[in-house]
Amino acid sequence: MSERKPIYLDYSATTPVDPRVAQKMIPYLTEDFGNPASRSHPYGWTAEQAVENAREEVAKLVNADPREIVWTSGATESNNLAIKGAAHFYAGSKGKHIITSATEHKAVLDTVRELEREGYEATYLQPEADGLISLEKFKAAIRPDTVLASIMLVNNEIGVIQDIEALGNVCRANNIIFHVDAAQATGKVVIDLEKLPVDLMSFSAHKTYGPKGIGALYVRRKPRIRIEAQMHGGGHERGMRSGTLATHQIVGMGEAFRIAREEMASENERIRMLRDRLLNGLLQIEETYVNGDLDHRVPHNLNVSFNFVEGESLIMAIKDIAVSSGSACTSASLEPSYVLRALGRSDELAHSSIRFSIGRFTTEADVDYTIELLKSKIGKLRELSPLWEMFKDGIDLSKVEWAEH
Amino acid sequence: MSMKTAFFDHNSTTALKPQVLEAMLPWLTQPSGNPTSRHIYGRNAREAIDMARKQIADCVGVQASQVVFTSGGTEANNFAIKGITANLPPSQLLISAIEHPCVTRPAQSLAWHQWNVAQIGVNSEGVIDLAKAEQALKTRTGLVSAMLANNETGALQPVAELATLAKAHGAILHTDAVQAFGKIEVNMPTLGVQAMTISSHKIGGPVGVGALILDKRVDIAPLLHGGGQERGLRSGTENVAGIVGFAQACQLAMQSLNFRRTTAKGLRDQLEAGLSKLGAVIFAQQATRLPNTSFFAIPNIDGETLVTALDKVGFAVASGSACSSDSTEPSHVLLAMGIEPDLARGAVRVSLSESNSSEEITQFLAALQQEVQRLKGLNAVAA
Amino acid sequence: MAYSDKVLDHYENPRNVGSLDKNDPNVGTGMVGAPACGDVMKLQIKVNDAGVIEDAKFKTYGCGSAIASSSLVTEWLKGKTLDQAQEIKNSAIAEELALPPVKIHCSVLAEDAIKSAIADLKSKQGH
Repeated sequence: MSERKPIYLDYSATTPVDPRVAQKMIPYLTEDFGNPASRSHPYGWTAEQAVENAREEVAKLVNADPREIVWTSGATESNNLAIKGAAHFYAGSKGKHIITSATEHKAVLDTVRELEREGYEATYLQPEADGLISLEKFKAAIRPDTVLASIMLVNNEIGVIQDIEALGNVCRANNIIFHVDAAQATGKVVIDLEKLPVDLMSFSAHKTYGPKGIGALYVRRKPRIRIEAQMHGGGHERGMRSGTLATHQIVGMGEAFRIAREEMASENERIRMLRDRLLNGLLQIEETYVNGDLDHRVPHNLNVSFNFVEGESLIMAIKDIAVSSGSACTSASLEPSYVLRALGRSDELAHSSIRFSIGRFTTEADVDYTIELLKSKIGKLRELSPLWEMFKDGIDLSKVEWAEH
Repeated sequence: MSMKTAFFDHNSTTALKPQVLEAMLPWLTQPSGNPTSRHIYGRNAREAIDMARKQIADCVGVQASQVVFTSGGTEANNFAIKGITANLPPSQLLISAIEHPCVTRPAQSLAWHQWNVAQIGVNSEGVIDLAKAEQALKTRTGLVSAMLANNETGALQPVAELATLAKAHGAILHTDAVQAFGKIEVNMPTLGVQAMTISSHKIGGPVGVGALILDKRVDIAPLLHGGGQERGLRSGTENVAGIVGFAQACQLAMQSLNFRRTTAKGLRDQLEAGLSKLGAVIFAQQATRLPNTSFFAIPNIDGETLVTALDKVGFAVASGSACSSDSTEPSHVLLAMGIEPDLARGAVRVSLSESNSSEEITQFLAALQQEVQRLKGLNAVAA
Repeated sequence: MAYSDKVLDHYENPRNVGSLDKNDPNVGTGMVGAPACGDVMKLQIKVNDAGVIEDAKFKTYGCGSAIASSSLVTEWLKGKTLDQAQEIKNSAIAEELALPPVKIHCSVLAEDAIKSAIADLKSKQGH
């Protein structure tokens, strides 16, 4: 009995490596080995050139200078380096207050929490119900001692796009270092760092069809932004990040970002069509709610809650598609997504949410299959659900006194 | 340029073994998930990491849960130094005088956090002086970091003895085993250390992955915060292909350890017999060394110049450690050994592997003799 | 999480899904749990004049283990007297379904549902 692999609709968790990227990487795993920091022999030279070409490709995608790109092991490290690095460097001159949002990735939130343990203070902005950060609330959070703000460009769970330009202008006007986590944005939205008032920006390869374990941090040169290194050693990456550079990984990221730059426009159009098809199909199911704003959003993401269906049973029911659910399974209980909670969603709706993320290899047939699967499984689970029965009987569930245990 | 270069710089990096590539390829060419995801793509990736962790743990005699994957040796060393001290009250941090910059630099950064960083000296053969270590440990010490084998001289360090001393003084011992691992047997329980760094690309695995192996009783703070991977000790999506390749390389290295040790030693003996005839000074020659490493200088010949000259005739060697190749300062390791700076500036490192051949050594010695004569001639003209 | 074959079987082919007339004097209805906790179980039993449970139905909002626990007890209840039904213990449900420790609460909920349905029936019948 051969088991069919589920349809992959989890591109926001990670993307498969594009075959063109893999092809480009493999020679650097085999023939062209060499430590790019070893200048004394030709193996090292080839590697160095490949690394610099890749740096240029990454810079081009976001319209930056290659000298503004620092390699890291991934967006988590980029976020750690940017936030701790800038906070440590500028705390003395500016202060110890940080602004971020409650819907950032854990790599930002946990880094800011770590700084709080070091004696910094942080404001976690709650987004509006559509997932967007209010410019007014952002302005109101600024204090004289605010040193840094960190806001993501595209949210990983609900795909909403924040108004980075407006937020960045506020930061400029207030002399605040502005970091943007763009791990979910590359290849999905146009990023022009010549125009955007952003000082530091984090990138990941494996969310953009590159390999896992490589990322980059953009560090603005004009005006020059300084960061304190978090990894010390041989002084690679102009002292900002030591460690032997993984040439094959860097080459892979460069190629992935080159493809993203060249194909983004047409790819986004195709993905938007697929997303609309999926959206229209799913909205035919009663009591279905889209989480997050639909206009300020990348087309790759669709996050939907199915009311009166419990989250874990829903995941069990849709084993034939690979998606993420709005609840992280901790050891003992389901924990509803903190992003959906921040949007004001009830625990029930947060639990019953599914993040569909569409990508380069998704087909129309995949989408159609998904719609039919959801229709049938949601129907079955609601048939089983006493809450659905009560809802259909016109009972207001919020008024029911539950025998909680 | 069609000339084939003989690669004599295996302490800097090593070629990926074909079996390692084979193990990695499915994770680069086939759809694979994020190991955190609960669907089959994610679970498969998680299983691959778990298996790799077990394989690596077996290679160094520990339990799988003691292995924390990192982006390489530099990160693992930074993690050990910064992470262990972060959870201790400030006291003395003791490091040897011959550590790699990715130990000394994070150590220096701790001076900001009220830690007093002190160095343990080495003898003229580049081996840590245990009497000095014992003396230094009389000052209250939280952490000691000493490498297992030096990357430049190849000299093995008395880490097990240091572990006993450190334990007696209530200090934690970390060892950077990046150079030793895969070249000699490395068993963490036998060494008695509480933390140990290993790296993949020094043993035929891919660049960009390493591990810190921890005694379970060590309380360490993470360097990278975020999604809580690696039991919260190292956040960030796992480099699945890299980790799988690392484990494969570890296993291959262990299987062929004796063969490779013997082969490399034979080649080095041949090399050093020839070097002596050319009047070379071989550093740490009396110490027990890694079997593949020879660090030498020809008096009055600049190391950097010689490396460049040898490169032109097809031999890839190093002047010092690759990480410090940019600087013209003489090797801090040689200076710590009491070598005169002028002689130290002449240092050249040859690091071999079983992929090298006796013919290559013969050709190298001939080329070296020629280059030395040519450079001496130039020196004479300049004088 | 790995579910046992029995849980998967009950989840995929739940037995006795549905509702009985809750106004029928011979029907007892138990509703336990809360949406915010992630589990709501509705269990109904219908007794004949001899006091034997002749039908049982359930609806459950909850995880696979909760669905399986309630499906299983509807099978067990049929043909039992109320006294026998009262004796069903959560440990027996957990054992039958090989529930992992984190899912034991599902079996507890199923036991509570039985007790609640019996109590409802008894109060209706004036006991």
